[in-house]
Amino acid sequence: MARIDRIAEPWGTRTPYGPGEAWPVRVDTFLADGLTEDDVDRWVTSATILHSNGDGLDIAVKDGRIVGVRGRAEDRVNHGRLDPKDLYGWQANNSPDRLTRPLVRRDGELVETDWDTAMDAVAGRCRELLDEQGPSAVGFYTTGQLFLEEYYTLGLIAHGGIRTNHVDGNTRLCTATAAAALKETFGCDGQPGSYTDVDSADVIALFGHNVAETQSVLWARVLDRLAGPHPPRIVCVDPRETAVARAATVHLAPRPGTNVVLMNALLHEIVANGWVDRAYVDAHTVGFDELEERLRDYPPEVAEQVCDVPAAQVREAARVLGSAQRLLSTVLQGFYQSHQATAAAVQVNNLNLVRGMLGKPGCGILQMNGQPTAENTREAGADGDLAGFRNWSNDAQVADLARVWNLDPFDIPHHSPPTHAMQMFRHAEEGSLRFLYVTATNPAVSLPELGRIRSILAQERLFLVVQDLFLTETAQLADVVLPAATWGEKTGTFTNVDRTVHLSEKAVDPPGEARSDLDILIDLARRLDLRDKDGAPLVKWSDPEGAFEGWKECSRGRPCDYSGLSYARLRERNGIQWPVTEDAPEGTERLYVDGRFYAQPDYCESYGRDMVTGAPLDDVEYKALNPDGKAVLKAAEYLPPHELPGQEFPFQLITGRTLYHFHTRTKTGRAPQLRAAAPEVWLEMAASDAADRGWGEGDLLEVTTPRGRVEARLRISGIRPGVLFLPFHYGWWDDPDALERGRAANELTPTDWDPVSKQPIFKTAAAAVARLAASDGVPSRAPTTTASRPVVADVPPTRGGDVALVTEREGTR
Amino acid sequence: MKLGLAIEELHRSETHLARTLLAVSDRHAADHEIFHVARDIAGWSRRHVTELARIGRDFDVELDPEPPEDRGVLERIRQTASDLLGRRPEPGLLLLADLRHVHREAAGVSMDWELLAQAAQGARKRELFELARRSHPDTLRQMRWANAQLKESATQVLTS
Repeated sequence: MARIDRIAEPWGTRTPYGPGEAWPVRVDTFLADGLTEDDVDRWVTSATILHSNGDGLDIAVKDGRIVGVRGRAEDRVNHGRLDPKDLYGWQANNSPDRLTRPLVRRDGELVETDWDTAMDAVAGRCRELLDEQGPSAVGFYTTGQLFLEEYYTLGLIAHGGIRTNHVDGNTRLCTATAAAALKETFGCDGQPGSYTDVDSADVIALFGHNVAETQSVLWARVLDRLAGPHPPRIVCVDPRETAVARAATVHLAPRPGTNVVLMNALLHEIVANGWVDRAYVDAHTVGFDELEERLRDYPPEVAEQVCDVPAAQVREAARVLGSAQRLLSTVLQGFYQSHQATAAAVQVNNLNLVRGMLGKPGCGILQMNGQPTAENTREAGADGDLAGFRNWSNDAQVADLARVWNLDPFDIPHHSPPTHAMQMFRHAEEGSLRFLYVTATNPAVSLPELGRIRSILAQERLFLVVQDLFLTETAQLADVVLPAATWGEKTGTFTNVDRTVHLSEKAVDPPGEARSDLDILIDLARRLDLRDKDGAPLVKWSDPEGAFEGWKECSRGRPCDYSGLSYARLRERNGIQWPVTEDAPEGTERLYVDGRFYAQPDYCESYGRDMVTGAPLDDVEYKALNPDGKAVLKAAEYLPPHELPGQEFPFQLITGRTLYHFHTRTKTGRAPQLRAAAPEVWLEMAASDAADRGWGEGDLLEVTTPRGRVEARLRISGIRPGVLFLPFHYGWWDDPDALERGRAANELTPTDWDPVSKQPIFKTAAAAVARLAASDGVPSRAPTTTASRPVVADVPPTRGGDVALVTEREGTR
Repeated sequence: MKLGLAIEELHRSETHLARTLLAVSDRHAADHEIFHVARDIAGWSRRHVTELARIGRDFDVELDPEPPEDRGVLERIRQTASDLLGRRPEPGLLLLADLRHVHREAAGVSMDWELLAQAAQGARKRELFELARRSHPDTLRQMRWANAQLKESATQVLTS
């Protein structure tokens, strides 16, 4: 047993292992106030909520309060380990500034009220607009952080009750391209791979995926492989010098916005050198000839020119990928939030397909998620798609959903693709969307071009409802604010990137009058008097388990089949991968074993889209392309980014995360250890760019784009020259002056999105930078432990100290 | 042989389609996807214009190889006007009309490519046939885009 500062050492102590061996157990525990495990009254089963990894944990309860967390040794995902955000982040639950009563706006001010008054205001305005304009006036914007039961209920209310097409989540900002890329290639969403692929892969390729910070426990698994016998080789594509890049065999740092060219060049080399599994390609895919023809235009020399990556490096990376025996590929925001997002992410699918590396141990694709419950947003239909990965353009599938919901199929909107978040805000801007119901997300800080978003949200003619834990920047603009319970205060299930379903139990009561999101939504449905076609209440459950049972029926026979699961089963063994059916009661480790896909024309979730225009294909086109439901190899041409640097704005600005914070710091900013680890926004710049201007570490800079300005201290890091990085976590809830000064990265980002996935582009803005003041020797307060590691030696290292000591216990199950 | 005439006609219709797409883009700058994608796919027509001018020389047709350009200042002024209009609902109807117009123009261009491909094959002009084979799918994609955008936009515009 050891005590270790997990701010200073985010990935903890190494427990090396070799290929094909089981990942050793290491149980991480953090308890507040010098408590020991003996002091804890109860341990309550749950999983982690501040990233997408889905690590199993137990919540420690003492005297009716959460006092700590402990990783679950037996959980398949983490084998006991926890991410620093989860070790310390639970403290936010106990924050004194939690919302405890509903608020309504009266004479311009938000004032406390009772639930009846607040809910009648919400339901009343909604009903008024439905009568006056119809469902096109009403939109829902949710999150990747509620529970499955809540999303399913929300989707039912919105699609089946209110019958609006305007439903989306902030998953649009994080995971929409993962879903889109999987639909393009496999005809359906659903993650092919498994985290256990890390245990046996001999090459792990990370495309725009800074796993060390986004999913630190998964990175610990990789680090343990790297520390053991026969370590895997790592290929990293990232313009920043991340911890992944430092550990990589080959690190490619392309110019932002050029991922398609780089991927095409890698595939060009794979095909040209004959590293293709022809038998697999012939048996299980369509489209290879078109792909091969397209790739001819992209030899490594083109990548050198466009991406500014040496051709020799591209060839070296291709050789590693081409010689892999077991290739695990992962993708995240470096691709998803960049120009031509889906086209680039799809090429990663193509890589594993042409190499025949899918559906076997170590051979997988993980199109990653950014949020803990993003998978549920997608499968339950709260991202606008129809529940159960049903195809909105397939009448038989819509009719099947109508059967489950006991509605007329005509009452479920499916006339066109679901309205994505950015389009909803556009409708609100031009005035046709007049009621927006926001759950557990903070668009006033997280959406691009904040000046525009603020002006849309602040409109008098828009009725804004915000359901959250705190008075976020968005809640401050609302007409009604509903105080919600959070993780640990309610029961429900959620599903991580590799399809692992966890049950998270209620450990304590929510503060004050706060209620679970599920209870609030059911209350809304009741007040709106939503009914099925026989006049019975549309929402037929009143608790989480009832909602889960409803969802099970909805998912039965679909790829995301939960029919073999139950709360009782999850209480026996938490953490089971869907599909779980009568035939697969223990769950399913990998999808697409033996080249069997969900892509048959009558079964698939999507017929695909044009990779440049985003126009959906119809059933006739899809049947002609892929009559037998194989995997589709989709080729993509490169288009230059829409905003290129020039004389006035010479840099390319990218935004992203740091390990210590999640989203807009609603929770992590209220956990002292996490707050102190990364207290203030910073700007990263390469040493050569700083030297050219005579600037030093800690100088106060002003970054501008045509849309706004941000002030930040300079961190000279290992980032690619010509590129600037800003973390996107910092808003103004904890510093009201920051709104005026400019602190949120999205003051600068453009309104532009990938036409296929509709995911906004956060990683290709042209920017200028000027110095406001010299540092006087004080460095920026960016973490030194992560991608923001300084290149100069005299920056004090990031430490958590005594208040951040975590117990690590190895090898106990 | 009247192949030169067919090339000339296609050069004219592609030039017109590129101009139309750029104008639609300018007019709908507050509809960001329309703004960007219309410009992206105007690039296909611009490429076709250049290639038609090049191959036209083999058939004794002199055509302008310079495709319609982005119009700098003028464009920015129009975009500003459109940004100001972003708060009003009327541009929705204009958008539907514009998309319908793009679809019709692109359908005409598509027919022109069909004709040219037929003729090139009949006359055994391999290079010309290859140009048509390569280019025609772009036109079909432009049509599908206009059609899809029209469908997506129509409900909100007409029901609100």
